[in-house]
Amino acid sequence: MTGFFRLYARSPSALVGLVLLLLVIAMALTAGLFFPKNPLALAGPPLLWPFQDAHLWLGTDNSGRDIAAQIFHGARISLLIGLAAMALAITIGIILGALAGFYGGIADDILMRITEAFQTLPNFLLLLMLVAVFGSTLTTVTIAIGLVSWQAPARLTRAEFLSLRTREFIQAGRTIGLGDATLIFREILPNALPPVIVYASVVMAVAILLESALAFLNLSDPNVASWGNLIGLGRAVLRTAWYVSAIPGIAILITVLAVSLVGQGLNDALNPRLRGR
Amino acid sequence: MRVLALAGRRLLSSLPTLLIILVGLFLLLQLAPGDTVDALVAQMGGGDQKLTEELRRFYGLDAPVAVQLSRYLWRLVQFDLGHSAIYGKPVASVILERLPATLLLMGSALSLAFFAGIVLGILAARKVNQWPDTLISTLGLVFYATPSFWFGLMGIVVFAIKLAWLPPGGFETVGAGYVGLARVLDIARYLVLPTLTLALIFLAIYLRIMRASMLEVLTLDFVRTARAKGVAEQAVIVRHVLRNALLPVVTLIGLQAGTMLGGSVVVESVFALPGLGRLAYESVVQRDLNTLLGIVFVSALLVIAVNFIVDLLYARLDPRIA
Repeated sequence: MTGFFRLYARSPSALVGLVLLLLVIAMALTAGLFFPKNPLALAGPPLLWPFQDAHLWLGTDNSGRDIAAQIFHGARISLLIGLAAMALAITIGIILGALAGFYGGIADDILMRITEAFQTLPNFLLLLMLVAVFGSTLTTVTIAIGLVSWQAPARLTRAEFLSLRTREFIQAGRTIGLGDATLIFREILPNALPPVIVYASVVMAVAILLESALAFLNLSDPNVASWGNLIGLGRAVLRTAWYVSAIPGIAILITVLAVSLVGQGLNDALNPRLRGR
Repeated sequence: MRVLALAGRRLLSSLPTLLIILVGLFLLLQLAPGDTVDALVAQMGGGDQKLTEELRRFYGLDAPVAVQLSRYLWRLVQFDLGHSAIYGKPVASVILERLPATLLLMGSALSLAFFAGIVLGILAARKVNQWPDTLISTLGLVFYATPSFWFGLMGIVVFAIKLAWLPPGGFETVGAGYVGLARVLDIARYLVLPTLTLALIFLAIYLRIMRASMLEVLTLDFVRTARAKGVAEQAVIVRHVLRNALLPVVTLIGLQAGTMLGGSVVVESVFALPGLGRLAYESVVQRDLNTLLGIVFVSALLVIAVNFIVDLLYARLDPRIA
């Protein structure tokens, strides 16, 4: 483990990513400690600029809610949605990709046609439809984001399975009478996992961006402190109080940057040959 | 000719995909709470039972789902997208009105992302691990992480509100009555910020892939051969490396055409552009399901068309395919 960390830490950008990510995680964990009150409750006069009041150091939004509190609590929402949607997308992708790659033939044809259909459809448009049909609560939004993000992991898993299923150790497994399920999950999957795990960081970064875009359009859960909601709110006062939109945008930027840097760092540490590419 | 046949076969194979999309979405929309008639009645300020039933019969919504689906598909074959109850005219004409803005935005954003991404990618690859590479790669990472709508809003703050160089939104100056070149220039001014906003994330992706693919190709034997026989460095890059290194980027354009169309939903609503994306958002909010299905159909066709062009380009770049 320490050896792996040393490999990871060789790249400065990977370290920066890790520090930023830990910072965002710390914000999410301490949100309840520093801002125990509801972040969507009124805290002061509306449109107070940052650094005017020591208690409301990031200022207040259009209706007088504490921006700092919304940023800290928003970190929870973004990470939560990002992680959960990523887990769902990766699970769907692995299952469909494994079935298509392992069985080939008709199963592969059908599953790949479906994957292609999802790729042809603009995923944000599909997301809009899912939210329109199933409503915009935290749970439905997370599931909807997961449902539009599984195509690339499925293709990756399929490619790995296609190349692994004819290897000798799998033939050996067949000869000693292992069932398909054992072959798929105990033998091939562990070998196919690393590139999919690395790609998970991309899925998570995109999931966070998708949620913020939905929230910006007022189509995400309005009852939670989401960074995208705040940006959408600030749009109405852009001319005079642009900081309301600017601050949460920086939070999103830092989080997405951190997740992708960590992913890239993991990739470089796992495939040292590709370093510098 | 063989290239065309090949691309044509790919085009044909996208028909089942299109069918899956349409059937899937039609069934999905059956799950939606409330149909067009509900939305219509709500817009009229309520109506009695008899009126709703009559409207349902008029729009064919009283038939079983399977019948509605087959009717819908049959109409699509004839390019009839149905009638928008909200806009009060055929969906096809609603979409046609909104299509130019989106095509213009997508075309300009794609060209910007493609050319800027390639140039920056080449620059970074030629100075790999030196400061220009570090700078370009860092910029790429930041662009990738920037939410497009936020970038758009900040662009409005700086260039429209503070500096007053560009208009904050819209498609052209209303009531100015420009014609010809003056109108083109006017629209171009309105499209500067939206184009930049939509192109940003794709620029970041293309530059990253272009850089990696240049580095890959630069290590290949034929490049060494070209250099060994004394071809000038400029010519090695342009004539030998570039053509090969472009392939992954071109593939990516086809793969991401859908993502770009999705991105234009957000960008169009930031800048109040009267495009397809904004129409999609409006029809979600107004529950105009007929229009929404039509938009999805047209977007899928657009994505398939882009992929067709990409196939042709691909064969042109790589003679081994044709």
